[in-house]
Amino acid sequence: MKTGIVTFPGSNCDDDVYDSLMRSGGFELTKLWHKDTPELSDYKLIVLPGGFSYGDYLRCGAMAARSPIMEKVIEFAKRGGLVIGICNGFQILCESGLLPGALARNLSLNFICKDIKVTVETSKTPWTQTIEARSTLNLPIAHGEGRYIISEEDYQELIKNEQVVLTYQDNPNGSTHQIAGLCNKEKNVFGLMPHPERASDLRSKDGLKIWQSLKSFLGQQS
Amino acid sequence: MKARIHVFYKDGVFDPQGNTVEESLKKMGFSRIKNLRIGRVIDLEIDYPSKEEAKREVTKMCEKLLANPVIESFKHEIMET
Repeated sequence: MKTGIVTFPGSNCDDDVYDSLMRSGGFELTKLWHKDTPELSDYKLIVLPGGFSYGDYLRCGAMAARSPIMEKVIEFAKRGGLVIGICNGFQILCESGLLPGALARNLSLNFICKDIKVTVETSKTPWTQTIEARSTLNLPIAHGEGRYIISEEDYQELIKNEQVVLTYQDNPNGSTHQIAGLCNKEKNVFGLMPHPERASDLRSKDGLKIWQSLKSFLGQQS
Repeated sequence: MKARIHVFYKDGVFDPQGNTVEESLKKMGFSRIKNLRIGRVIDLEIDYPSKEEAKREVTKMCEKLLANPVIESFKHEIMET
């Protein structure tokens, strides 16, 4: 499964994602550079990792969303390709318009770095199809701007289309309706604030469940 | 020509920073205040043949990058120098 992990200037979870996917097995990994515009048609998965792309200048993810490689990633996503954005990657997905809503400063104004519990709201996505709905995942978060904001009208659309994938059990950042992760209407683009790649050994292995689900989904397709 | 752009959270989007600063001012005795909002000011030098064109282009810059229309609003002024 050809997988591209994008490095922006300031990305710092790209190697963690690489390591986690490698240990999960089955992913053929390539690092991609933000200034490049590679042909992505033979890729199965693109990962936008966490970090502080472009130093979080202007707004988190704003500059990265307009970098050369994102034109290719947006095309890839619009053709139905699987794209996951983790933390800063989630912010980039919102800034690029691939996901609705926006991420703003945490209500507490603090940078929060800790393990949290999220509820898996649906199994009807490539990202969670082998995880039982309503089950709990233990995943770490590490962000200063993770307060997900969406209008009530757009939230109703998310609910109608079952786009809310993860919700916080103890809303640490003040997100609207406790949203920790969501996908687009077509379910091929997934953004989440928690870090599955940091939960693939030692304390929690729950992050691996997302990779396993993805492998199961891609296995069914081929 | 110069442009000055102001970007703020939209009304209705909670601004925790503004709220915290407002609380501080109140604790310092400035009790006759409310709705403190903190935004961003962006200054730039521009070169367009007319003020109208400058306004149109600066508006585009705001819509495409400088403000996030989901949570922020913007206004700008064009100054002849």
